[in-house]
Amino acid sequence: MLEIKDLHASINGKEILKGIDLIVKPGEAHAIMGPNGSGKSTLSSVLIGNPAFEVTKGSVTFYGKNLLDLSPEDRSHEGIFLSFQYPVEIPGVSMVNFMRAAVNEHRKYKGLPALTASEFLRLMREKREEVGLDSKLANRSVNSGFSGGEKKRNEIYQMAMLEPRLSILDETDSGLDIDALRIVGKGVSKLKRPDTSLIVITHYQRLLDYIKPDIVHVLYQGKIVKTAGPELALELEKKGYDWIKQEVGE
Amino acid sequence: MKQEKNYNQYVKGFTHEKYKYGFTTDVDSDIIDRGLSEDVVRLISRKKEEPDWLLDFRLQAYRHWLTLKMPVWAHLRIPKIDYQAISYYANPLKKKNGPKSLDEVDPELIKTFNKLGIPLEEQMSLGGVAVDAVMDSVSVKTTFKESLMEKGIIFCSISEAVREHPDLVKKYLGSVVGYRDNFFAALNSAVFSDGSFVYIPKGVRCPMELSTYFRINAQNTGQFERTLIIADDDAYVSYLEGCTAPMRDENQLHAAIVEIIVHDRAEVKYSTVQNWYPGNAEGKGGVYNFVTKRGHCLGESSKLSWTQVETGSAITWKYPSCILSGDNSTAEFYSVALTNNYQQADTGTKMIHLGKNTHSTIVSKGISAGKSENSYRGLVRVSKNAVNARNYSQCDSLLLGDKCGAHTFPYMDIHNDTAVVEHEATTSKISEEQILYCNQRGIKTEDAVGLIVNGYAKDVLNKLPMEFAVEAQKLLSVSLEGSIG
Repeated sequence: MLEIKDLHASINGKEILKGIDLIVKPGEAHAIMGPNGSGKSTLSSVLIGNPAFEVTKGSVTFYGKNLLDLSPEDRSHEGIFLSFQYPVEIPGVSMVNFMRAAVNEHRKYKGLPALTASEFLRLMREKREEVGLDSKLANRSVNSGFSGGEKKRNEIYQMAMLEPRLSILDETDSGLDIDALRIVGKGVSKLKRPDTSLIVITHYQRLLDYIKPDIVHVLYQGKIVKTAGPELALELEKKGYDWIKQEVGE
Repeated sequence: MKQEKNYNQYVKGFTHEKYKYGFTTDVDSDIIDRGLSEDVVRLISRKKEEPDWLLDFRLQAYRHWLTLKMPVWAHLRIPKIDYQAISYYANPLKKKNGPKSLDEVDPELIKTFNKLGIPLEEQMSLGGVAVDAVMDSVSVKTTFKESLMEKGIIFCSISEAVREHPDLVKKYLGSVVGYRDNFFAALNSAVFSDGSFVYIPKGVRCPMELSTYFRINAQNTGQFERTLIIADDDAYVSYLEGCTAPMRDENQLHAAIVEIIVHDRAEVKYSTVQNWYPGNAEGKGGVYNFVTKRGHCLGESSKLSWTQVETGSAITWKYPSCILSGDNSTAEFYSVALTNNYQQADTGTKMIHLGKNTHSTIVSKGISAGKSENSYRGLVRVSKNAVNARNYSQCDSLLLGDKCGAHTFPYMDIHNDTAVVEHEATTSKISEEQILYCNQRGIKTEDAVGLIVNGYAKDVLNKLPMEFAVEAQKLLSVSLEGSIG
């Protein structure tokens, strides 16, 4: 379970997160919505340990461990996964080599032996079929020359491979056409297990049609200003954020 | 198990080396005084019991060297070298001023050995510690040699070749790289210590990579190495020079020459993994590697391929080149040059098209990290008579960090209208975003850099013999440790 208390974070001396409190229990799906520039992506960056951001105050624990003490790779080993808003291209590095390094590092952390080449290839094939990724993509360099939709699907595929305890989807729906959205949405909901958690950062209701959130938060000016059930997402879709801004007193 | 075997082979080779030069009766004078003069050249030749024609060759080279100045055109800062402060001959049997035990070897080097998984005994020999090994008398070398001899293949030290096959040596030595070629070639021709000689007779395919052998042999070839490879008509050989662990070496200056002659329809593949001691992280010490390597595609439809992975040496000055004079001949140059800390490399190739329908390919991958400087320098020349010449060049640079330099100096000199010459170049950087992405998937920064660098270099690594490709991959990662983050 993830527990964020009074989290403040800044980049280049500018404070972006101004006191976030959030608890995500095993099995829960949370949606985080909010206008542009409210700090949604900063929150995901801080959770994965992006060194560009500085945590100035507050605490984050993950299943009892102080997350802020862990290196980015150990946060991954502990089961935190981020589906990046802009997945980066790594030319020359095949998906096979990349995922094999990742999966085996996770296994090493758990004290398990590395998978053999054939075990690994079998796992890749199974997971690929599970999330509906084209086999051609799996043979190419990491995200290299992928379309926007292919990149997002590739993120979900990696999520399937690494079986995280907490997945953060940062605007995974942006840049997707309706078909790609369905594939990604269905893929994520298929991967959702009773004991794993989700944080879905999004502007729109459409991804939430597939991934039903238990709780919806509105992040505004670096703080969570409203928390409610799934109906809040629908309301925001209809009315926008102005009424929230007014409630906050602007 | 494999490494153990290599070690055993090495020790066997090492013990055998003692007898190679026949110096066991000459223990009193195993190092000659510092300095270079005509007398020194004569002394070297005398100690090696060389014939007069070779002494004349050395003396001519020496006299010519005296008229030359060190080249300054490379993008390198080379500290002044005092050529009179070097001893030009040492009995390879005797380790001079070497460390007595591993405790005296640079601890950073030991760390690297451990990361590469080099067994302790081999670490000692690579680190320059004298290994007293008592082995059975059957030498691996002899075993190799016998199976090669059955096919008429000659593979021996160049000193031995001078004694046993003087006509071949006389015919080809200096035929591709003359002593007048450049400053370091003249120096090497005057004082070369030893090296390898290969002759593959007509129609023979060499049945094995001439590599493990050399791994043993390389230990004692000294700083002025001379290699001569001849592939007669329809012959084939794949030759691998190098060692995949960084070697400690007290000789700062290395000036080697490699000459390759390829006759009609013959093919030679020459692969190098060069990782001499690069100096420490502050740029102290390290080898100066000033090498002249050139092959001559003399015969029609002959083929020559250079593959090099360069990660070592403080300064590298090296341009493995091809002269394509046979019609329909083909030449390739595949290179990965990695520099870190304060290393400097100016490396590339020359493709000289003389014959008709000659093709050449250049793939160069530079990787710069730390405060290093990495330059590609290449020449493609198409002469007036080289009808339908083709060249494709691809020169890529990868930067790690913002304190290193990558430079590309392509020269083209085209004198025939039918030539097609293509040049592509890219420069890229390992970004923090790429590293973070790998970290987020559970991959440590060091491993991420290794993955990215090996991915970038794979077109070249794929050209190496399988076993060495794997070791070269490891080497690239280890050489870059600490260069990010």
